[in-house]
Amino acid sequence: MLKILKYSFFDLVRSRWSYVYFLFYLLLSSVLLFLNNNISNAIITLLNVVIVLVPLIGTIFGVMYYYDSQEFTQLLLAQPIKRKSIFMGQFLGVATSLSLSVLLGLGIPFALYGLFQSNVIFDFLILIVVAVFLSFIFSALAFNIALSNTNKIKGFGYAILLWLFLAVIYDGAFLIALIYFQEYPLDKFTLIATLFNPIDLSRILILLKLDISALLGYTGAIFKDFFGTLFGSLVSFGVLVIWVVLPLWRMVRQAKRKDF
Amino acid sequence: MKFSLFIFCFISALNYAYAQNRTIEVCAKDCEFSSVQKAIDQAQSGDSIFIQKGIYKEHNIFINKKSLHLYGEEGSVIDSKHKGYGFKVEATDFSITDLTIKNIEVSYTSDYAAIYLFRCFDFKLKNITLRNAFFGFLIEKSRNGLVLQNDISGTGDSEASSGNAIHLWDSEEIEVRDNHVYNMRDGIYIEFGSNNIFENNDSHDNMRYGLHFMFSNDNRYSNNIFRNNSAGVAVMFSKRIVMNNNVFKKNWGTASYGLLLKEINDAEIYNNTFEDNTVGITADGSTRITYRENDFINNGYAVIFIGGSYENNFMKNNFLYNNFDLSYSGGLNDNSFDNNFWSDYTGYDLDKDGYGDVPYRPVKLFSYLVNNTPESIILLRSLFIDIINFSEKVTPIFTPENLTDQNPLMRKVQW
Amino acid sequence: MVEFNDIHKRFDNNDVLTGINLSIQKGRTTAILGPNGSGKTTLIKILLGMNHANKGEIFVDESNIKNNWSYRKYIDYLPQIANFPGNIKVKEIIAMIKDLRSQPTRDEELIEYFELTPYLNIKLSHLSGGYKQKVNLVLSLMFNSPFIILDEPTSGLDPVSLIKLKDLLKKEQANGKTILITSHIMSFVEEISDHISFILDGKVYFDGSIEELKSTTEETNFEYAIANLLKNHHA
Repeated sequence: MLKILKYSFFDLVRSRWSYVYFLFYLLLSSVLLFLNNNISNAIITLLNVVIVLVPLIGTIFGVMYYYDSQEFTQLLLAQPIKRKSIFMGQFLGVATSLSLSVLLGLGIPFALYGLFQSNVIFDFLILIVVAVFLSFIFSALAFNIALSNTNKIKGFGYAILLWLFLAVIYDGAFLIALIYFQEYPLDKFTLIATLFNPIDLSRILILLKLDISALLGYTGAIFKDFFGTLFGSLVSFGVLVIWVVLPLWRMVRQAKRKDF
Repeated sequence: MKFSLFIFCFISALNYAYAQNRTIEVCAKDCEFSSVQKAIDQAQSGDSIFIQKGIYKEHNIFINKKSLHLYGEEGSVIDSKHKGYGFKVEATDFSITDLTIKNIEVSYTSDYAAIYLFRCFDFKLKNITLRNAFFGFLIEKSRNGLVLQNDISGTGDSEASSGNAIHLWDSEEIEVRDNHVYNMRDGIYIEFGSNNIFENNDSHDNMRYGLHFMFSNDNRYSNNIFRNNSAGVAVMFSKRIVMNNNVFKKNWGTASYGLLLKEINDAEIYNNTFEDNTVGITADGSTRITYRENDFINNGYAVIFIGGSYENNFMKNNFLYNNFDLSYSGGLNDNSFDNNFWSDYTGYDLDKDGYGDVPYRPVKLFSYLVNNTPESIILLRSLFIDIINFSEKVTPIFTPENLTDQNPLMRKVQW
Repeated sequence: MVEFNDIHKRFDNNDVLTGINLSIQKGRTTAILGPNGSGKTTLIKILLGMNHANKGEIFVDESNIKNNWSYRKYIDYLPQIANFPGNIKVKEIIAMIKDLRSQPTRDEELIEYFELTPYLNIKLSHLSGGYKQKVNLVLSLMFNSPFIILDEPTSGLDPVSLIKLKDLLKKEQANGKTILITSHIMSFVEEISDHISFILDGKVYFDGSIEELKSTTEETNFEYAIANLLKNHHA
């Protein structure tokens, strides 16, 4: 698996898209930091970009890579290698190269800016952790979709739909539910609804770390009470881990059953 | 002869008067007095008392109806050792300057202060440093005083165990200038007072308000800085207050705001800066208020209107990069927004007259939703919210129809 | 060496294999023949674990291949259509496969044999079909495994290369290797194989040596004998 990870990773690292993606983050965070001079605001803006873009790029990149490397996969399948290793290796290659683009793209300007001396480092770290988790989650979901659809167009369609659902439609339904049931106590509902969507969960985890959480008012206080505790942090990171593991488990199962 | 007698009498009278206005020195040893209280007891109206460098462990120092001028020097310290008041004064035409008072008793039943003034007129408190104060200056039923250049701080432990730095009760025509007040409950508190002026004070890190008005009409506060307090300034149940050129900064927290207006009429708010507050201004039941040439920068909410507020006018203000410019419940109620600059404005100015050709709607759909369903704030910064805000901007359905700035400025107001 | 027991396979609503029983003997060369779409490639893929049979079992050296992948270390497999990642050089792909399998190889010998040396630094997407097939051959044969499976090994090869391939396979036969091939070139099959398994309608329709085939069909020519099988079946 490590060897396949190595080949996928270097294959991706050499590709133009990784550079574009890396340079995008590099440029964005440099501009935000050096023109804005306010790290907290920069992190908020980055949060906005990260929770939308990382899932989108993760999904598209994952699907694209899968379809693009079908020949390579065929070649590997003919070799005496476990299928699990092949697909896990490819997935990890995609996920780590995406994560690395984000990590370096955001990290270098922040490091140059002297972030590591300031106490904003924890806000920044959580942003990075969340970005890495989202990369892993959405590449895993993308591999699932691609494995289940031989038709490329269909695969891309479902992938975009999935992203759209988690990034936009879910929140719409969430909002409608909140308005519709506003006479009822909604604390638990909001908490649980947030846990079920990795994008929402990531957003809240970062928001709670930043000053802006004061805007969340009473609802925010409930969230802070929950996520602020050790139990809450464990639950939220547990949920993110489940969001990685569950699609991977299905991916491996799917890969084992599939005829090539 | 008659004339020379008169001259003699005049000179001796002058001599007598001069002799009466003497300066008494207090010091640890080798002076006439080693106790401030004893010096005061011996002094007569018009005398000055010079308290030399040294620590004087005294409390409840009482000045009873004598016009005295107490002054110290660098290092003149009264240590009350957590027993009662520092000074208690009931007098006219007196002053206390250049002194340090520390360690005032904390009590849950009595308002112990470093300096307590009762029925005082024509007084001056200047250049006094208070440390570990419970209350700083407690000024009751007094008139025509100056409170200048004092530095007052408490322990900042909790709201219940702290008092106010400068507390005016039923007092008039007092000028409070150039003071530095911090780590107290309220920086400056005023109740039942009028015609007072608060200028150039720096009030920060207080556990409740930087400045707090209750039932006090016709006052003015200008050029003050209120930063990092639980909440900046609360103006409650008062009329005709002028608020100008103040800075309200970093009053940040779940229930915090820069300025709270509660049941306020006929106030003028101009040339103030509201920056980095959770809420710039919360206006609750406030009527006939003019907001002119203020800067609202980087606040969570720039302005929140709660309850019936009528005839408020916002003109020539700058709304810059706030999460929400305005949260508004209820109808328009004759409130108006005109000629403001909004950083969120995306309209155009084809006729180049400096005003946008499309009206600006300061209430976003999301702030409207949060108003109705507070829980929905949890979707803050979600892509979905950006999308519905945008679509609402293009075709308004939910947000109040008439709540617009018909002439939004294309450039920032310079004031 | 290999036993197929009642192999069934369907794709969607299409029954491809409906009960294949076949055994491949050690040290011999077996050709699996059949019309287009008869399931030859599918059967091979099932043997390699790339496809999954709906029913039936396969034994390689008397052990069931289900949930087992290590037996494939001893198989050299040449896939039917050589699909390679385009942006890699010939040299790189050989190095990569060597690295992945980490078994002893004879790649240099084969590269020379198929005259690939001048092409080592060329990207795979720039190679012609014939050269791709040669690379394919090098990749699959370089591990020198005792069991060789070749799916349409002749496709795209020019006559010179075809002769080279035949010579190579004959050498391997002499070395006692077991070979399984599919091909549409009947002369190639006739020349190479000891044993014919003819698949039709998802079943093994004929299984025996070339001589047996000729005598059953009463044809002297191998190609006609095969055609005869098909004709009789449809009659």
